[in-house]
Amino acid sequence: MNFFLEVLIGGLLSGVMYALVALGFVMIYKASGVFNFAQGAMVYLAALSVVGCLEKGAPLWLAIILAFVIMTLFGIATEKFVLRKLVNQPPIALFMATIGLAFFIEGLAPMIFGSEPRALELGIVDEPIPWILDNWNMVISKFDLVAAGVAAVLVATLALFFQYTRVGRALRAVADDHQAALSIGIPLQHIWAIVWGVAGFVALVAGMMWGARNGVQFALTFTALKALPVLILGGFTSVPGAIVGGLIIGASEKLAEIYIPPVMQDLFGGNFGGIEGWFPYVLALLFLLVRPEGLFGERHIDRV
Amino acid sequence: MIKRFKSAIAAVAVSLAMLSQLAVAAEEQFFPLIDYRVGPYGSNGQAFYGGFIDYLNYVNLKEKGVNGVLMTYEECETEYNNAKGVECYERLKGKAAKSAGPLHTMSTGISYALVDKSAQDKLPLAMMGYGRTDAVDGSVFPYAFPLVTTYQMQASAIVKFIKDKSGGSLAGKKIVYLYHDSAYGKEAIVALNAEAGLNKFEMVQIPVAHPGNEQGAQWLRIRQEKPDYVIFWGWGVMNQTALKAAQKVGFPRDRMIGSWWTGSEEDVVPAGEAAKGYMAATWNVAGKQVPVIADIEKVVYGAGKGNLQDTSKIGTVLYNRGVSAAVLSVEAIRKGQEKYGKGKALTGEQTRWALENLNITDARLKALGATDLLPEIKTSCANHEGSGKVKIQQWDGAKWVPVSGWIEGNKSLVHPLFQASAKQYALEKGITPRDCSKEK
Repeated sequence: MNFFLEVLIGGLLSGVMYALVALGFVMIYKASGVFNFAQGAMVYLAALSVVGCLEKGAPLWLAIILAFVIMTLFGIATEKFVLRKLVNQPPIALFMATIGLAFFIEGLAPMIFGSEPRALELGIVDEPIPWILDNWNMVISKFDLVAAGVAAVLVATLALFFQYTRVGRALRAVADDHQAALSIGIPLQHIWAIVWGVAGFVALVAGMMWGARNGVQFALTFTALKALPVLILGGFTSVPGAIVGGLIIGASEKLAEIYIPPVMQDLFGGNFGGIEGWFPYVLALLFLLVRPEGLFGERHIDRV
Repeated sequence: MIKRFKSAIAAVAVSLAMLSQLAVAAEEQFFPLIDYRVGPYGSNGQAFYGGFIDYLNYVNLKEKGVNGVLMTYEECETEYNNAKGVECYERLKGKAAKSAGPLHTMSTGISYALVDKSAQDKLPLAMMGYGRTDAVDGSVFPYAFPLVTTYQMQASAIVKFIKDKSGGSLAGKKIVYLYHDSAYGKEAIVALNAEAGLNKFEMVQIPVAHPGNEQGAQWLRIRQEKPDYVIFWGWGVMNQTALKAAQKVGFPRDRMIGSWWTGSEEDVVPAGEAAKGYMAATWNVAGKQVPVIADIEKVVYGAGKGNLQDTSKIGTVLYNRGVSAAVLSVEAIRKGQEKYGKGKALTGEQTRWALENLNITDARLKALGATDLLPEIKTSCANHEGSGKVKIQQWDGAKWVPVSGWIEGNKSLVHPLFQASAKQYALEKGITPRDCSKEK
């Protein structure tokens, strides 16, 4: 039972890390109705910007601010040079543009900051909390708890931003219909620049947490793969959905990795480990059959 | 008369021009470099191919090539992508038809894709520490060379190292094999199973799905299993993640021993303090204390012809590995010239012969300034590996330090596995193996 709880809690905390990346997707999707293929690359760019500034001698706080400036400028440039021409185009055109953007970032970022993997020290040690280990014989990492706290603050801030600010409401209007939003005087270009800037900020937070955990390297772009099933479960338009989806995916994949392979091995022989690579996708697909819009996604109803 | 005089002068002038051209155009030994410097594993490629090219330039600068034959190369970027690797091969093979050093792709996937093609085109394929390991059996794979050592021999050598550390017996011990869930990760299982049977230890296999940036479940299981050692077969981000996860569950890093693709600076620096004490196998040592590495920095970079922009990579594990690969390649050219004519560039077919008849002794390594950079190599038709030895190195927080001498895997246990696999391959492909006793 103790081991089960340990795996479950470890999975939930891993899920929070997935949710951090998924949040960036939600931001863009809410504002433009487009799945941003470049979100993983943005996480990489943001983390590289931080370590790049640190290597130039900037203290951590300044490196984070500079990286935020870089990500904001990047967001504005994306709106101006990539998206502006695509207003009122079908979502697939915007989606294709984000694929191009992903390759562009993946090539450009290492050219500027170098491609060798580097450490990012945030001053939080990824070690078990001694008190829990001694009393409960369970490994709960300090770093994972901090990441969970960061994600909670981020979600609360973004939820408030979308619900209660003028910009937030404008964002939702733009997501519903570009043309209708324009017709009532919402400055689409301005809104897109803001949302890409905020998505850049979310990528910065995710990049710092993942970079501190596994090192800053190209593989940060792969974190997007973990966010996909999270989005399917939580819904593409829901900020809290990203968190709940992350928790479900994190916990279920860890439990599956531990408990399914031995059963399969007994039944069929051979080695069935390493299933957490595909298990979240199967879970998400099954979920799609039951609730296509996700747990918290908006149900799409068309008049006929 | 004047007309005849003019013709004679013209003839002499043309002859002189041709002679001078011949004098200028020295023979060139071409190396087709199917490499990668960008993409997910770009930094690994930068160090390896930087070292490789630096050594070729070093030979050109230091001794004006091999018996006057200059080493030349052309790079083609694969981004570690199999399809691009094949495309690069097709692009470079025309140029390699005249003269060719061994191909080095530093990718198991690309190597697998080129095994048959390179044999058809008579271009030798070197796979040093990666690729198709049953190509040790040269009777079936005449053009493929898994030189120095293979995954299986490495795994066997690691077991030997652990056995020595455990007082000479592994009976009753438990070893977890944590591996990248891919062909690469699975390569060593057959050898480890054989070692487990022989040495009577329990082996627990735990795979990690690609890319391996999340290993929470695996390390909780390791914590539950309480193994004596973890043998670790990672790649890329999986390496740092494993070290951090080991720290998280409190598993001692000095009881984790990795493969040579988990033992470079790129693998441990991003893990910070978590990597301290961790050990990994290697078939080449790191550091600038190796005379040839120091001399490359002096001669090649002194002349402004260094290949690396980031000179801090000189002396790293992967840089020195690139130099080791180039040392073997150039020694093969030297060997080939002894048979086919000094001062002449070798064709792919001739280089193949040379790779199959290498005999690089410690004395020769010393003469090259490469003492201990790599082990002695002696290849043959029946043994395209030539060594099977590794060292174990330990990360002290700042650099890799060798903690063992050269350890040879259990050849009598492992090589029959290669022969069986090669025999099966020959059957599938309808290949009639060469009779190695008739090869010279």
